[in-house]
Amino acid sequence: MTALPLLLLAVLFVTAAIAGLVGPWRQGAALVVALIGAAGALGLAIAGLVVVQTQGTIVHELGGWPPPIGIEYVLDPLASYMTLVITGIGLVVLLFPTRAGFDATPPRRMPLYPLVLLLLAGLLGVVMAGDLFNLFVFLEIYAIATYALIGLGGARATFAAFRYLIFGTLGSMLYLLGVGFLYLTTGSLNMADVAAQLTGIADSPTVAAAFALIVIGLALKMALFPLHVWLPEAHSFAPPAVAALLAAVQVKAAAYALVRILMSVAPPELLDGALTATTAVGWFGAAGIVFGSVMAILQRDFKRMLAYSTVAQLGFIGLGIGLANEQGLIGALLHVLNHAVMKSALFLVAGSILAQTGLREIPRFAGLARRMPLTMFAAALAAASMVGVPPTAGFWSKFYLLWGSVEAGNWAFVVVIMASTLLTAGYFVRVFQQVMTFDPAEEAVARAVEPSPAYLAPVVVLGAGVVVIGLGNFAIVSGVLEPVTAALLPL
Amino acid sequence: MADVLFDRSVYVGVMVLLAIGLYGMLAKRNLAKKLVGMVIFQTAIYLFFIQGAAQMGATVPVIEQDLGVDADTYVNPLPHLLILTALVVGVGVLGVALSFLLRIYRRHGTFDEDRIAADLAAEEIEGHTVDDHDADDHDDAEEARS
Repeated sequence: MTALPLLLLAVLFVTAAIAGLVGPWRQGAALVVALIGAAGALGLAIAGLVVVQTQGTIVHELGGWPPPIGIEYVLDPLASYMTLVITGIGLVVLLFPTRAGFDATPPRRMPLYPLVLLLLAGLLGVVMAGDLFNLFVFLEIYAIATYALIGLGGARATFAAFRYLIFGTLGSMLYLLGVGFLYLTTGSLNMADVAAQLTGIADSPTVAAAFALIVIGLALKMALFPLHVWLPEAHSFAPPAVAALLAAVQVKAAAYALVRILMSVAPPELLDGALTATTAVGWFGAAGIVFGSVMAILQRDFKRMLAYSTVAQLGFIGLGIGLANEQGLIGALLHVLNHAVMKSALFLVAGSILAQTGLREIPRFAGLARRMPLTMFAAALAAASMVGVPPTAGFWSKFYLLWGSVEAGNWAFVVVIMASTLLTAGYFVRVFQQVMTFDPAEEAVARAVEPSPAYLAPVVVLGAGVVVIGLGNFAIVSGVLEPVTAALLPL
Repeated sequence: MADVLFDRSVYVGVMVLLAIGLYGMLAKRNLAKKLVGMVIFQTAIYLFFIQGAAQMGATVPVIEQDLGVDADTYVNPLPHLLILTALVVGVGVLGVALSFLLRIYRRHGTFDEDRIAADLAAEEIEGHTVDDHDADDHDDAEEARS
């Protein structure tokens, strides 16, 4: 049973290799292999969640060497929750037709499916790594797959991908430098061991510098405002399915690493006091919410609007981390799942619109709801959740964040969260006013038809998922997230 | 102050390299120079780890009969191992970056960031429609725009 974390990675790496080998022969076969890999990983992730819930954390010591000497993979409640989100979204995105999702019928030599599997494997590795250096390696594995996938989107995407590559590498290198500081201070790389070694020397400047470097590096990877500069370009020019994967799960892996390192590696002494790493993350998150939402309102391009909206929504996660109390963390972690479902739904809708009409600018969407009612209905559900309309998922994460802010007595955050609801409604109303109230103006819209079930199914599943998660919110919070936050927060 | 700098001269050198790399990555407008900056930055971090393992008068980390198992007489091999891994990862990133540069140069004929951005802004947004899906549908959209 302890091999489960390794098995999760092995399934994805092996199927990535097989898909890479059969791709040049038949892309269809590679797709089947990729689907088997993603579905297998999802099955293992579900099994992992069940086992972790009933029997506690699974630890795999690689090669039988116990830590701190050996490398360990840890599947604890938080990690198992993240693996489920990552593999679930991965499978749904792979089910979306490649033609629309990845912008092309892939030529035989293009290793598209292996890259997606590699991306998922890297993300799972980040989530399960119990070792600071291993985390770095997985950060880079998923990053390399990401750069290549973004580059599929044409000339603009190549340029955006190159700029992202520079920023992304800067982020992971800053993280590595911080890990170097920690290693030279404590002589260990295992997270639990480093945390134990740090208790006596928390106020040394080297340790403070190490955590500053790590937090800046990961914030850059997570696109926390003001280090988000690479995100709007990369996400809006990437093919729709790639953008869905990136916004839904890729940036969350860095957010997860930030939670893990700030909550379970950094000594609590470092988190007391006036201006600490966590409060800084919280304030930058709050600033990001306002900035991202305002920028989203100003965009004409639908995908670019969604990209800025991602900057804003990541701000919510940063804000929850910054609160560092139970409700705040629950809100942040719940928002990881909620945002993954709703943003991937919206990017896949953007992909469907593009495939059916070739349109990407919001003012030209007039009347789409009459031509593609089901697609736009799913989009409306996801958008309602983004705004935070009650029974949907998005309402609950904002509810917990609001509760956490009130509990912390941070009224500025309360105002930001309230205002963000209005701002978010602002940019979605603009879209749905065009889509729902106007008659079709464009020829392309007038001739558009509802896409085939292959396009509809993933979108509708995600749209329905928003409501299901909203209604099942108490089960998720009390069953999964409350034990997680109880374990993370020092009491 | 001077002997502190002298004692830690390698670390000072690493910091200088980090600064040069960061400057190259963020301030240079030429994409190839940005990449060079990135490689300098990475190399500085590799050197930092290697210097952390350095130990005067110690020998290779293979246990010798007459030295025994006293850890102080051997160099710490772990940072070297970490950097070996980081190097491999770095080479992967560099490969992807160079292939992007190749594609950018073939298309735009320049590495200058501003000229590429201007070049891209001048073009109509293309791509992102499905190639084999109703080619004329796309043409209609073009006509409606003009």
